[in-house]
Amino acid sequence: MNAMIEAENTLSAHACEEIDALLKRYPAEQKKSALLGALNIAQHENRGFLTKELMQAVAEYLDLAEIEVYEVASFYSMYELKPVARHNVAVCTNISCMLMGSQSIVDHVENKLGIKLGESTKDGRIYLKQEEECLAACAGGPMMQVDHVYYEDLTAEKVDAILDALE
Amino acid sequence: MSEVMNEEFVTITVDGRELQAPKGAMLIEVTDKANIKVPRFCYHEKLAISANCRMCLVEVEKAPKPLPACATPVMDGMIVHTQSDYARNAQKSVMEFLLINHPLDCPICDQGGECELQDVAMGYGQDVSEYVEGKRVVFDRNIGPLITTELTRCIHCTRCVRFGREIAGLRELGMTGRGENSLISTFIEQSIESEMSGNVIDICPVGALTAKPSRFAARAWELMQHASIAPHDCIGSNIFVHTLRGEVIRVVPRDNEAINEVWISDRDRFSYEGLASDDRLTAPMIREDGEWVEADWDEALQLASAEIRHALDTSASDEKGGDEDSEAGDASSKLAALISPSSTLEELYLLQKLMRSLGSGSIDHRLRQSDFSDQDFAPLIPWLGQDIENLENIDAALLIGSNTRKEQPIANHRLRKAAVTNKAQISFINAKEFEFNFPLANNIAVAQQQLAHELAAVAAAAFTASGEAVPSYIADAVSKATPNKAHKAIVQQLSQGENTSVLLGSQAAMHPSFAALRALAEAIAVQTGSIFGYLSEGSNSAGAWLAGAVPHRGPCNDADAVKGLNVSDWAEKAPTAAILVNVEPEHDVAQSQQVIKALTNASSVIAITAFRSPALEDVASIMLPAAAFTETSGTCVNAEGLMQSFKGANNPAGEARPGWKILRVLGNLLKLEGFDYVSSDQVRDELRGHCESIELDNSISGVAQVTLSATGGSFMRAADVPIYAADALVRRASSLQKTHDAIALAVSMNPADAARLDLDDEITSVSVKQGEGSAILRLIIDEKVPAGSAWIPMAVKGSELLGDPFGEVVIEKA
Ligand code: SF4
Ligand code: FES
Ligand code: FES
Repeated sequence: MNAMIEAENTLSAHACEEIDALLKRYPAEQKKSALLGALNIAQHENRGFLTKELMQAVAEYLDLAEIEVYEVASFYSMYELKPVARHNVAVCTNISCMLMGSQSIVDHVENKLGIKLGESTKDGRIYLKQEEECLAACAGGPMMQVDHVYYEDLTAEKVDAILDALE
Repeated sequence: MSEVMNEEFVTITVDGRELQAPKGAMLIEVTDKANIKVPRFCYHEKLAISANCRMCLVEVEKAPKPLPACATPVMDGMIVHTQSDYARNAQKSVMEFLLINHPLDCPICDQGGECELQDVAMGYGQDVSEYVEGKRVVFDRNIGPLITTELTRCIHCTRCVRFGREIAGLRELGMTGRGENSLISTFIEQSIESEMSGNVIDICPVGALTAKPSRFAARAWELMQHASIAPHDCIGSNIFVHTLRGEVIRVVPRDNEAINEVWISDRDRFSYEGLASDDRLTAPMIREDGEWVEADWDEALQLASAEIRHALDTSASDEKGGDEDSEAGDASSKLAALISPSSTLEELYLLQKLMRSLGSGSIDHRLRQSDFSDQDFAPLIPWLGQDIENLENIDAALLIGSNTRKEQPIANHRLRKAAVTNKAQISFINAKEFEFNFPLANNIAVAQQQLAHELAAVAAAAFTASGEAVPSYIADAVSKATPNKAHKAIVQQLSQGENTSVLLGSQAAMHPSFAALRALAEAIAVQTGSIFGYLSEGSNSAGAWLAGAVPHRGPCNDADAVKGLNVSDWAEKAPTAAILVNVEPEHDVAQSQQVIKALTNASSVIAITAFRSPALEDVASIMLPAAAFTETSGTCVNAEGLMQSFKGANNPAGEARPGWKILRVLGNLLKLEGFDYVSSDQVRDELRGHCESIELDNSISGVAQVTLSATGGSFMRAADVPIYAADALVRRASSLQKTHDAIALAVSMNPADAARLDLDDEITSVSVKQGEGSAILRLIIDEKVPAGSAWIPMAVKGSELLGDPFGEVVIEKA
């Protein structure tokens, strides 16, 4: 796993530009406001997960204490702090989806990929997110999010088609 | 709430009692003041309110739900019940929640017996836990040698996190994860680097953060508590010493709003470990044919007094017993004494009395000073010029030769408050760019040989701004200086503020141009309407001045007292015999090479000391074991001139005796008059009697001509005394010596100097030559050291191989 994915340790010039754009939305002395966005940008560039070095780089860029960045990154489930595979698959297991049978979707996905929630496939293709809470698409439950796209009214066949299409 | 100026009062009723409270105050502040107990975990009077634990819920009539007393402002007519069924139910439910994940293992917890959770659970908990599911377990983190974490016990009150942010000024601890997975940690495992970190041990309401050095050593209820005074800096923090069967187990703060509030520095908290170090001197020792042998007190003291008499009698055909006027008397060049500025007032006074009764005025506590040229003009006591408390109210300050954060952490905390809450403009001028934990207006660093020139530039700006004529004694220095923007800005900040200070730190006192720094700093203070003050070295420099432990003045400024030699005179006029009290010459004396040489040549050296040290064993002829800080009664005078007496907390190690008793008996054996004290209080009161009407005043009553030497091309050393190297006790405090601040000897220099000396990144150590000394030292290339000087701290292991902390150095590839 580790050998396959090379971690970025610094923010690219492009990432800095994006963060600068974010910073414009907030008062100059409140750089912390841009923290969530900055972590998104950093995580995106690093193929879906944050490293200690990246969090340090964000802290430095936003003039924050390292622990402040770590507090936020470890609080929100949308940040991964360990290396993960390329595609992020998150099956909602919150109440509406659960009533609509999300557990059988989770079982199906786990069997199909041969991994448990919170694990990545050996080929570095798919990461099954540990636990996903309501994504505000209850009307279409059971649902899942693959990378940034929602898929609703899932069945085993639909899931197969979606997962098989992932590079 | 102190910001509310025209305080308006409201009336509220709590548990049937009518209370007056300032408008806007939080309910818990009011109940606390009225002594009505409301349970709490997250609230702490010195920290911001976070209202996360909900333990303080109370019933407020007309409110739809129980309200947290710590975050509910009082309102006129409010009716509060802290003990009603409604309130009790809310409190009990919260208690139950808090205990869900808390282990019920008080018998094996170091906090047991002094745990806020345990206490509150006694009052509000249930006898049987209904929770049968598995409890959360959190793995402990190693956050350094001073604090043990037991994070399964944490109740997430975030006091420690707020302490870091608000008091230490470093965000080190934080709460990571969320919900059941929240835990307190540092950024993925870094040790805590604050010099005040130990305070989280006290504020943590449970056993999640406990003191590593005293862990499992005793139960809180077995300990005896003794009020005392911290022995390391000029603040004189109030402490409690906790002992078990005569052994010091730990030190904790004793609240004193005017001095240390509720905090103490890590140095004051953990230095007690040095008391039990292996090299305590526990019996009198005499050197016989080059070998150290134990002796009994009687024998050792008889020998000591005989040696002193002998030294005074040798070649004393024209004995005068000390000149009455300013000339150093004959005895003064035969017998000299050095005493640590952290000694008690009683030791300082008795030593000078002993010396002067024998006709010698050669006594000094200014061991790390080298420029004595203006000593006759020095104030009675160089003091802070204000209350310690006032430091947090200043609008602007200039500190010269000072690293308050590491030298006087409590003073630094006050300055930090001023900078953070008052937006005070604080500037430093130092020989190295130190790191501070608050925003600075200016942090100027210049090579040590430029320090006085830099200050002259500020003075020049000050005179320009005030329009006053430059007095002749500094005219030469000031006229040659050209102020830049920063200098002018400092002057502007000082002139505009209403409450401003110019302070000389202990590095200024060590500096070879101390007299020039002093004259210029005072001039700046006068021109800008600022208070002029000192943050002096050791815990009792002020007491030492008062007691007359200086060679040019007796107790309380007595100008008629016998005069004698200061340390720098020793190089030329080595005394025949010497007395050292609490001094380790290799670390505590600036001119250690000359002094050690003089001591080696002396016929007799009597060391009154708590510790053995290699240099003492080399030079001394008699070593008398003295009680260390918790073991003796005594008095210290802090920077604001406050005299604080304390009692001994435990018996001296082995046969050691309090320093004042040793000096008293020595006085008796030497048949001197007035040495019949029965308590240290008597000694103090005698000195006090001399000083009925003293007034503290820092203005220099006359001034020596200041000329600044042109700064040549030579490469000079600069030094400070690192926080955990300050004195013999802390140098032996084993846990502190494992922290980040226990600096290992190295030479740091600016990249430009490294390049000039052809030292690239590959080179890790260099040869350093200084005077007759030399050493191979680790090389650190550091932009914070100004070009032109090499930073080599003093008083750390290995620094004794080199000489004067500000002398010329030659550095080459090793
Ligand atoms: S470690 Fe102690 S002080 Fe810090 S949050 Fe936990 S209980 Fe509170
Ligand atoms: S519960 Fe699944 S989207 Fe709301
Ligand atoms: S003390 Fe009030 S909520 Fe914690």
